[in-house]
Amino acid sequence: MTDMQKLYLLVPLAPLAGSIIAGLFGKAIGRTGAHVVTILGVLIAFVASVVIYQDVQAGNVFDGPVYTWMQSGNLSFEIGFLIDPLTVMMMLVVTFVSLMVHIYTIGYMHDDPGYQRFFSYISLFTFSMLMLVMSNNFLQLFFGWEAVGLVSYLLIGFWYERPTAIYANLKAFLVNRVGDLGFLLGIGLIAAYAGSLNYAEVFAQAEHLATLQMGETGWALITAICICLFIGAMGKSAQVPLHVWLPDSMEGPTPISALIHAATMVTAGIFMVARMSPLFELSDVALSFVLVIGATTALFMGFLGIVQNDIKRVVAYSTLSQLGYMTVALGVSAYSGAVFHLMTHAFFKALLFLAAGSVIIGMHHDQDMRNMGGLWKYMPITWFTSLLGSLALIGFPFFSGFYSKDSIIEAVHAATIPGAGYALFCVTLGVFVTAFYSFRMYFMVFHGQERFGKNHHDHHGDHDDEEPSSDHHHGLAPGQKPHETPWVVTAPLVLLAIPSVLIGYFTIDSMLFGGWFGNAIHVAANHVGLSQLEANFHGPAAMALHGLQTAPFWLALAGVALAWFFYIKRPDIPAAIQRRFQAVHTVLENKYYFDRFNEIVFAGGARLLGDGLWKVGDRALIDGAAVNGTARVIGWVAQITRLVQTGHLYQYAFAMIIGVFVLLTFWFNLG
Amino acid sequence: MTGMPLLSLAIWIPILGGLLVLATGSDRNAPLARSLALAVSVVGFAVTLPLYALFDTGSSAMQFVEYAPWIPRFNVNYHLGVDGISVLFVLLNSFITVMVVIAGWQVIQDKVAQYMAAFLIMSGLMNGIFSALDGVLFYVFFEASLIPLYLIIGIWGGPNRVYAAFKFFLYTLVGSLLMLVAILYLFMEAGGSFSILQWHQVPLGMTAQSLIFWAFLIAFAVKVPMWPVHTWLPDAHVEAPTGGSVVLAAIALKLGAYGFIRFSMPIVPDAAAAFAPMMIALSLIAVVYIGFVALVQTDMKKLIAYSSIAHMGFVTLGFFMFNALGVEGALVQMISHGFVSGAMFLCVGVLYDRMHSRNIADYGGVVKTMPKFAAFFMLFAMANAGLPGTSGFVGEFMVILAAVDFNFWIAAIAATTLILGAAYTLWMYKRVVFGKVANEHVAQLEDIGAREFAVLGFLALCVLAMGVWPYPFTEVMHASVNELLRHVAVSKL
Repeated sequence: MTDMQKLYLLVPLAPLAGSIIAGLFGKAIGRTGAHVVTILGVLIAFVASVVIYQDVQAGNVFDGPVYTWMQSGNLSFEIGFLIDPLTVMMMLVVTFVSLMVHIYTIGYMHDDPGYQRFFSYISLFTFSMLMLVMSNNFLQLFFGWEAVGLVSYLLIGFWYERPTAIYANLKAFLVNRVGDLGFLLGIGLIAAYAGSLNYAEVFAQAEHLATLQMGETGWALITAICICLFIGAMGKSAQVPLHVWLPDSMEGPTPISALIHAATMVTAGIFMVARMSPLFELSDVALSFVLVIGATTALFMGFLGIVQNDIKRVVAYSTLSQLGYMTVALGVSAYSGAVFHLMTHAFFKALLFLAAGSVIIGMHHDQDMRNMGGLWKYMPITWFTSLLGSLALIGFPFFSGFYSKDSIIEAVHAATIPGAGYALFCVTLGVFVTAFYSFRMYFMVFHGQERFGKNHHDHHGDHDDEEPSSDHHHGLAPGQKPHETPWVVTAPLVLLAIPSVLIGYFTIDSMLFGGWFGNAIHVAANHVGLSQLEANFHGPAAMALHGLQTAPFWLALAGVALAWFFYIKRPDIPAAIQRRFQAVHTVLENKYYFDRFNEIVFAGGARLLGDGLWKVGDRALIDGAAVNGTARVIGWVAQITRLVQTGHLYQYAFAMIIGVFVLLTFWFNLG
Repeated sequence: MTGMPLLSLAIWIPILGGLLVLATGSDRNAPLARSLALAVSVVGFAVTLPLYALFDTGSSAMQFVEYAPWIPRFNVNYHLGVDGISVLFVLLNSFITVMVVIAGWQVIQDKVAQYMAAFLIMSGLMNGIFSALDGVLFYVFFEASLIPLYLIIGIWGGPNRVYAAFKFFLYTLVGSLLMLVAILYLFMEAGGSFSILQWHQVPLGMTAQSLIFWAFLIAFAVKVPMWPVHTWLPDAHVEAPTGGSVVLAAIALKLGAYGFIRFSMPIVPDAAAAFAPMMIALSLIAVVYIGFVALVQTDMKKLIAYSSIAHMGFVTLGFFMFNALGVEGALVQMISHGFVSGAMFLCVGVLYDRMHSRNIADYGGVVKTMPKFAAFFMLFAMANAGLPGTSGFVGEFMVILAAVDFNFWIAAIAATTLILGAAYTLWMYKRVVFGKVANEHVAQLEDIGAREFAVLGFLALCVLAMGVWPYPFTEVMHASVNELLRHVAVSKL
């Protein structure tokens, strides 16, 4: 094993070790011990990732096994690493954001009785996510995929006494399992037809797979594979209609909303499709499917962000919408655009979530934006970093989000694949919607009238019993002022704000046009991808200046202006609109009734079916009619045969003789 | 070491040891009975370890063979041996016995010697089933193993134990009588031989094959159990003491599946192939139908019992697709199910010992008072739901991959277990472990002690080890499974 290979191993194992120590020996090492050991683990992983990044920059790509997990039939299942530019970019994002979140957690979870457990979980998450992105095969990909789902489940339900939290975590796990069903079948098709689970071996046969049909169905095999895989991505990356778990996942503590449900885990689906680009490029049907799902998510989930009053939920819907943008990019073969947006989004969305968490601490665990306002005076660092994050999110020129989002919109513009027209409409209008809900939140929280200190409790009854054993008041008492949070909270905000502003400017050239991803991403010749954009690209500064003259910029500006007008200038208007368009508002408030539908049809239906099968099938038919029925028949026969038991010896002897005779006859005939 | 009759030791040490424990008599000597039982079970497990260590993975032949005439007149022989299919079950059985002895240490205060003896004797008999190569010997072990389990349920069981014990006994006895007929028929067809290996070679017509297939099917399907002859299992589990449930789930259910692969498939390959669609359909019903039924159970043990049936559906599905990945996946699933369902029943037992209730509604917020227990229970629940990294994933994954190769839609139906398994397991977990402390009984619960920790810890290690590196488990199977499939592919007509 070379030194580099040892380093590869170190990246996932260091956080794992931290997690195990904090989890099993949390009591012995105490709170400080737990955060020191886990932060150390993640720090090691981050530093190692930087070293590996430099090695990859130098042109060294690695693809090899670590150990053979199992062999069976003609399949060999291996655990192994693929270290290429795509992987190393994900490693950097994951370890950096994770490191920030670990530090932030010291402040955020300061009074929580589950302190050690929390650190153990987030380190375990980091390990799982690294296994996922570093994999060179579908088995390990699936392992990481499910392991991050497990940790997400554990963390959403971290405050296990809250009914809403344990409802949300079960829902998240099950909805993800629906996606995983598709994902697993996709992997199964690959194993069956390619005879291997190793990426490189499968991709080498991609052209051949594209000529095959699936069984006797006559369907194109490659389309079936890609759609199955994408169903997995729809679960993990929360695309309509499997998005329903993500807003509810906000029941978890805020640091994990930033790490898992914004920056990293939910982007696993995007990463996976980008990784599978050699397969997806061969099926236009699958790409169109991806495109339409993504576009729908991007626009319609954005609408929902407009009517939310819980600060975390606004950011959650914004995440859904941005994931939709990434998915759209995948659909138009702009894989590097999707991954680029994944990266910029990881920074600014983690920033926005952590800032929201900082606001929540400042507000003494009140999440309702209607109780906020004017916070900029009291929480200057949180305020300013939030502003930077929001500008990045709405794609303001020169900010990181501008480069990634504008590239996606341009790529959709150039695309010719079916569904591109609809997608263009969605992503363009989405810009306006994004700007509106982002700055609605920004103005409601940081500017305008100070509405805190009135102790609203009626609007968020669900959150009242948060952190049961700590002595937090929920919401500010009358006369109390919000306060800026300690440095362990604000330092990560500042450190995340820097890339949120700058990283787009400095990396767009190499990531999108410089061929930095090399062979990791494949775009077929007949797909436009980002090539048209590349032709018109004259440096990041020129792109930003040009951006000032395009429709998305003015749409974003209009969104900000409208938000200002509604929530600062004339705060009475939103209520009036809500009254005027009550029906629309109700639909949005009920999130298009997805939850209600699932609750009644799937959850209710499954229980009803189970009850029916159990009571009618098992109890009435099998046990009632067949088993106990047999017993009754036997009892009835016994009643009759009892008559034969006369007690007369000669009758018994006679019966015996006949019996022996019959048996002997039978015996000789057979012999 | 190779010269030692290891299989005989694995069979007779527990049986004779069990008799010795029985001889300690009344409960005044209970401490002695317990220590002796532990010693016997540990020695019994120790002698099976060389079976794995010395196993030649390159050979598909029977290994550690022992042969001696038993009833020469009818050519009945004391013929033992294991191949890659059966060897792991001998180990699993002997291991689980140690766990069961430790688990019953404090809980059982009544007729301790008899309780321990019953488990030890049963363990020996089960080892006999897995290593018997003579039809009569197999039958004797197969039937004899019913008796200790019947007694365990009937004596140490719950309030409705007599009904459950009878249902269990009759259900399985009816099945095995038909098997006896088939065994006698095969004895004659094979020219007066009870050798199972010779039966594999006997040519048989299609009618005979079909009849034999059905005779075996009824015997084995009851044991597995397959839908629709499964209804004895939930009753038996509910009434059985914890140890009984563990052995029932971990070992006894494997006997039926083992029967399919040792008898039905190689002896009547054409009938097995002809009835494979039916077997697959029944397996899928077990996965889906039982999955839904498990969802609505209000009794924890019933829920896990139903989940066992669903998991065994994967075993029969894997067998009857006749490909190596599927068969090995099914075998892996059987072993994993031994660890996982055994552990799940132990977890319920831990709660039952404290609360004397198996009713989900009586619980809530257990994690608050029993955090260590909750962590173990979480691991086993996730294994039960087939999470990668645990043993529960490996077999299901293999069978589903094999099924996609076989027929995509069969795989799609089977894969619904991903959702159903998670739904019934985690929903139960949520209601029992999460939430606010439900009542003062839960508030007064004590977390697991050292002995419970040890048992659950051992099983947790097995579940994780097998999930992270299943290679050593599948490695021993390859030669025998490939040989079996080669054999089954050749028509006997």
